[in-house]
Amino acid sequence: MFNNEINMSVNIAGVEWKNPVTTASGTFGSGIEYSDFVDLNALGAVTTKGVSNVPWEGNQTPRIAETTSGMLNAIGLQNPGVDVFIERDLAFLKEFDTNIIVNVCGRTERDYCEVVEKLADNDVDMLEINISCPNVSEGGITFGQNCDSVESITKAVKKYAKQPIIMKLSPNVSNIGDIARAAEAGGADAVSLINTLTGSKIDIHRRKFELANKTGGLSGPAIKPIAIRMVYEVAKAVNIPIIGMGGIMNAEDAIEFILAGASAVAVGTANFTNQRATLEVIAGIYDYMKKYNVKDINELIGCVE
Amino acid sequence: MNNRRNVEIVDIKQLSSDVFSMWVKDEEIASNGKPGQFASLYCNNETRLLPRPISICEINKDEGLVRFVYRVVGKGTKEFSELKVSDRINILGPIGDGFNLEGKNVLVVGGGIGIPPLLELSKHLDGKKHIILGYRDEVFLDDEFKQYGDVYVSTEDGSSGTKGNVIDAIVANKLLEDNEIDMIFACGPTPMLRGLKDFANKNGIKAQISLEERMACGVGACLSCVCKTKEKDHHTHVHNTRICKEGPVFYANEVEI
Repeated sequence: MFNNEINMSVNIAGVEWKNPVTTASGTFGSGIEYSDFVDLNALGAVTTKGVSNVPWEGNQTPRIAETTSGMLNAIGLQNPGVDVFIERDLAFLKEFDTNIIVNVCGRTERDYCEVVEKLADNDVDMLEINISCPNVSEGGITFGQNCDSVESITKAVKKYAKQPIIMKLSPNVSNIGDIARAAEAGGADAVSLINTLTGSKIDIHRRKFELANKTGGLSGPAIKPIAIRMVYEVAKAVNIPIIGMGGIMNAEDAIEFILAGASAVAVGTANFTNQRATLEVIAGIYDYMKKYNVKDINELIGCVE
Repeated sequence: MNNRRNVEIVDIKQLSSDVFSMWVKDEEIASNGKPGQFASLYCNNETRLLPRPISICEINKDEGLVRFVYRVVGKGTKEFSELKVSDRINILGPIGDGFNLEGKNVLVVGGGIGIPPLLELSKHLDGKKHIILGYRDEVFLDDEFKQYGDVYVSTEDGSSGTKGNVIDAIVANKLLEDNEIDMIFACGPTPMLRGLKDFANKNGIKAQISLEERMACGVGACLSCVCKTKEKDHHTHVHNTRICKEGPVFYANEVEI
């Protein structure tokens, strides 16, 4: 299907991706359910849902609410824990010719390190450290909102990691460039952004919050302009690669991120609207390159000054 | 599961002030759909990102048709209510695990917009069926159930049938006294299901209940639509289960509602 004269492969912190498209953590499970619809071999990488050291129950329901051109979620990082993950999900993913990025979450620095250590000798290509989930009371975003804690947790996980570390950044900060610099200073091999923006929605008829958690993370096309601006700012601030995300629904959106400075992109909420969104994004990037006679995708990365 | 499809609407009718009935042409669900399963219906308006989970009300296998009966509760279902014959809609399905067809003398109990999936169920159940349909005020679909069993209606305002709820109608019509009921099938609002679960337990009858929760992916990945479970769930490894995948139908005693 793809012409060999067009290069879509990118190198993210020493890991070769066949194309620059992955999935945004939490929107694709571990790929098992989506493999009915998507040939996982076609993806540059699969990024899993957050994995913690022990099983997490997650938040009360309702956990989601739709908003105009977006959605709020407050799942609360429910997951079966790293041991089940390795035995079941990783075993499944290993059968595919794609990179595996495991998203790691925790309540304490020790929790993160425990998961990173357990994954160190497993067949995992990269680790994405979630210091930006807005839906848990401990851990998550609490590590991601000031430069010192970002640098220190990055250093801590780097001690145990045998794979390149991607720090996933929160947009709920006053200067994302500074946060990215702190991650780079701590030894991060890449950054991914943006996680969701904290938001809320009220049911005016019942006069109650729509989410049991009251607040949730806003995702979808509503947040894309913010994400583009932040990717651009981070690209100016650091020299490590950026995985861009936030409201990518189609190839045009993905290309915007790449032009703003992202070396790769993640498709998230769009998976809920269209199970095959990732594949359509890949095909659309290819068509764009063909149309504009771009031989190598790397020419496009950050080319908008 | 097969990919999302763009299907044609072949019939759309209003059944009450806010309940609509829509038939679509879809061989996939018509061939493989089971009572109690549902489909994800996607809005054509791109500002509405999430599919609406709508239960399968009826299947016409011979003609490859599927019926959805839904209430207008928000902008998405409003959009669906405004569709016309020959318009198209994206759907994914059949989704989930439906009712187990069992019981020789059963109660089929529906409340409000939980009533539609019981129509296809009633077609497939063998044995004696006592069908109890609860409404706030306006009734719909009740006539269509009559070919499959004895129909009893309750309304909160007493405008039709027994005044009160579905349990009031079961009691008023002495359905337990006069029959050896061996299974309850139910779909409706959570307070009704909670009441029926207690009622079933008190009377030593097994019950299958169909649950509803806000959904995002509809394929079991996002963990939005979970329900608390009595035992640790085999998939999630915690005390909750995915309504879209392991449900929407559960034995009442497996779930905490």
